[in-house]
Amino acid sequence: MRVVPRGALGHHRRAVRGFRLCCVLGVLCLLCLLCAFCGLRGTDAAGATAVGSLFPGAATPWAAVALLAVLHALCGSLTRQPLPGPPAEPAGGLHAIGGAGTPVLLAGAFLLPPAAAALVPVAGALADPGPPARRLGRAARLSLATWTAAHVHASATGLVTGAAPGGAGWPQALAPALAAALAHGLVLGLLDVGLFAAAGRTPPCAGWRGAARALAAPLPLTGVYGLGAATAEALWHSPYGPGTAVLALLPACASGWALARHHRERAAQRAAVGALVQAVGLKDGYTRGHSERVGDASVLIGRELGLTGDRLEALRRAGTLHDVGKLGVPTRLLRKDGPLTPEERRVVELHPEYGDAMVRGIGFLEETRAAILHHHERLDGGGYPSGLSGDKIPEVARVIAVADAFDAMTSTRSYRRARPVPEAVAELRRCCGSQFDPRMVRALSRALERHGWRPGPPGEAPVVPGGHAGDQERGGNVPPAAPGTPPARVPSARPTGPHAAAPHASLPGATSVPTPTPGPPPASVPATGAEPQAPEPQAPEPRAPGPDAPGPDAPAHGVPSPGTPSPGRAGPDDAAPPGAGHPARGPRGGDGR
Amino acid sequence: MSPAVPGPGELRGARRDVPATAVRGAAAVAGATACVWTLGQGVVRPGTALAFGLLIAAGELLRCGPGRRRAPLAAAGSTAYALLGGVGGVGGGVAQTVAVVLVSALAGAAPSAAPGRAAGPAPSTRPAGPARSAVAGVPERTGMFLDRPVRRALTAGFAAVCVETLHPGANPAVWSGRGPVQALFLLGVALLTAQGDALLRAVLDRRRAGRPLGALLREGWRTPPGAGPAAHAAGALLALATATVGLWALPAFCLPLLPGVYAARRFEAARATGRQTAVSLARATELAGCVPAGHPHRVASLSRAVGRELGLSARELDLVEDAALTHDIGRLSLPDPAHGGGEPLPAEERRRIARLGGAVVRQSGAGAEIAAVVERQADRRRDQPLPARIIRAVDAYDELVDGGAPAGPETLDRLRRSAGDALEPRVVDALARVLALRGTAP
Repeated sequence: MRVVPRGALGHHRRAVRGFRLCCVLGVLCLLCLLCAFCGLRGTDAAGATAVGSLFPGAATPWAAVALLAVLHALCGSLTRQPLPGPPAEPAGGLHAIGGAGTPVLLAGAFLLPPAAAALVPVAGALADPGPPARRLGRAARLSLATWTAAHVHASATGLVTGAAPGGAGWPQALAPALAAALAHGLVLGLLDVGLFAAAGRTPPCAGWRGAARALAAPLPLTGVYGLGAATAEALWHSPYGPGTAVLALLPACASGWALARHHRERAAQRAAVGALVQAVGLKDGYTRGHSERVGDASVLIGRELGLTGDRLEALRRAGTLHDVGKLGVPTRLLRKDGPLTPEERRVVELHPEYGDAMVRGIGFLEETRAAILHHHERLDGGGYPSGLSGDKIPEVARVIAVADAFDAMTSTRSYRRARPVPEAVAELRRCCGSQFDPRMVRALSRALERHGWRPGPPGEAPVVPGGHAGDQERGGNVPPAAPGTPPARVPSARPTGPHAAAPHASLPGATSVPTPTPGPPPASVPATGAEPQAPEPQAPEPRAPGPDAPGPDAPAHGVPSPGTPSPGRAGPDDAAPPGAGHPARGPRGGDGR
Repeated sequence: MSPAVPGPGELRGARRDVPATAVRGAAAVAGATACVWTLGQGVVRPGTALAFGLLIAAGELLRCGPGRRRAPLAAAGSTAYALLGGVGGVGGGVAQTVAVVLVSALAGAAPSAAPGRAAGPAPSTRPAGPARSAVAGVPERTGMFLDRPVRRALTAGFAAVCVETLHPGANPAVWSGRGPVQALFLLGVALLTAQGDALLRAVLDRRRAGRPLGALLREGWRTPPGAGPAAHAAGALLALATATVGLWALPAFCLPLLPGVYAARRFEAARATGRQTAVSLARATELAGCVPAGHPHRVASLSRAVGRELGLSARELDLVEDAALTHDIGRLSLPDPAHGGGEPLPAEERRRIARLGGAVVRQSGAGAEIAAVVERQADRRRDQPLPARIIRAVDAYDELVDGGAPAGPETLDRLRRSAGDALEPRVVDALARVLALRGTAP
């Protein structure tokens, strides 16, 4: 069906079947009635008899019906053929627009009496794979739509010319064709909506507006196919014969067939981004989950800023790929344990430029280049690689910088544990103006209040008990500010009420925050004065073995984070705490990654 | 392929391509004559000419297919206008046909010749063109955009001559009156025109592709299956429809084709994305110092040449080249870049790296076949497909040369001695021939 994926029928199978049965019965009744009418109006009065009423009248051009039915069945089987070429995607939208056979059905509706036109799709739909009930349902759905289209065409032609069908000249004949095609698309859409209503589900078209949009979306395409079918109709009646009409239908059918599969492009782009992230993961296991979360956080900010559609998608890509330049940094430096020498830090700080160089050749990533190149710029001009300041930094890059820092602070690393969300936001606020764009930080904070945040999976336990994050880790990949800044956290001062077990899953004061992480009930959390940064002992694993064999993420808080990727947290990364303030950990103060 | 046919690298700036020049010259003369004649005589049925001219120009803008080389709407439009003379004589004659088609095709092709877009249209969805061309040393020439109008004008002229000479008025013996037979005749002419178009395309592309004419012709007919003939046949149907219902047939017939063109472009963009990702990953291995600078591209270009020497088809050559570009991606997982003077990795490690790289390529959507080749590049010879053997041999050779060995046959001999039976002798022989042909220059 149009909007029902194959597996979506699980729960309400009975209701769906009932609806289909109704469809089939309705179509049969209509067919009978219509046959009777055809017979009455036709030359042969025998059509009105009881037996004759089951057939589409004696004057029916059976050869034409058979020809079009075979053509429609061929289109259906063509649609099921796998497309040659690399990205093999399961065909999801098989009937996205009624299938490749839509022009054939419309031509049938224009050429044949309604009852006969309703027979055209039956053979093809019944030949489809699937359980018999589903095939019957398809046949009934298409039959009903074609029958309606034929009726609309007949009456519209009568309205336009006052003559019999087929008698209208061009361009007058185009209006009935368009009307009939739109009726065809509308009936298909209404049947789908009805199917969902019968099944008690409204997933793809929630609400009236969604339903209206789902109804209207395929209509232009159906109208265009109606034009093709009208051409075929004209050729059918021309001296060149029905053969040319059938041939003229083929290009339109091929067009529909190709369109039914063009969603591969999106899949290819997803695959490309995935491959780049996976390649970074070869070098540095932490980055993968981090990249995806930065993409999510960027989208949160972007939505608050009023971005929609493609621009939002581009922002997600930019966030996901912001660290792709790490591919160019020697793996040794990415995984290095000790502090980096100035020389090494300089090498690491090349990664935005490497990222830009890598993305340059990939067409659809062209717009992410600015974000990748400038995501380490600071508002005060102290960042790298270009030292841009203020509004000279591209807006996308300012978004990514905030998202990057936020995720770096709220995810647990091998050398320190995550900070709670409110604290991270406070830290971001503190650095507004100097490092981050206040607009982006405000947007992030608003979005978090509205949607909550699912932080990275709790990683390994902190190496140092009680170790807390210094302010430098706010920088995601930002070089540290002056070392020795006192940590901006007072352990007991934080509201540690019964917020979700992952202490950073919701904001204080945001009472109605939907927490996406289904954590254990609040009762399982020490209610007051819980020091969430105290190291939970059940996760003593200091470091994952390596990026190639990501260690299982030991849940530091005992909170499983379903649905979140679990990258091997191998090696330190971007948000290194400053060595000066935390001598016990002291890894690589602000290596600028 | 015989060694006498030089590769694309050698062809540039070498002797002139006589058949292509002759074709272009003929088209220029015919086009100029037709334009002068038409202007002198006055345009017959200017409305029809204008409508079809607009269709052809729009069709030239809406190109699709590999490298945006196909313009099905323009092909259909020009054939239809040429065939109009065969259906009730609503056409404008041979000269006017050639003139209208040439002018409108030129107008449609002009935007793609604008500065900055010479290499290919629409940078955001630019297909494999630039990357592949850069690798294979086949630059897209700016003058290439003239070849399409040349082809359009010549094929349209051919079709017009066919229907005008066999027109019922001119030759009543062929058939009598309108009817299915006439439709069949037009379809036949259209298919013949399609063959002529393929021939012209092969002649004009021969030099750029660096392949013999016969192979190009065969490929033109094989891939993609029947796209050219289908477009010209659609032109015949469009002519019939125009004769039946007038100029309204143009939008009614062509609008349903737009979704298909759109889908084809999107499909090409998807393929290009996979390839660009592979190239970008190859660049990453260079940036990271996993491989010497230029190594992936050198291996890719040499592997392609060896594959051509071994007689692989164009599709297989693309496969070899893509796999060669990405063959070292797995090395990104090495903590320390090991190349050049570093001791060679143990076989197990090489295999592990190859598997990792193959997994990334598989994920990138560049194609499962490419991924399989990348995965198998370090396997034993009998487990390897031919592309993997080619890449293995060329990779080993390039590593030796990069390590300081002189480029040329003596290094190849050393390779042959040291590698034992890890390398396919057939491939190494082909590599030797390629190197001999190229001289000692790398």
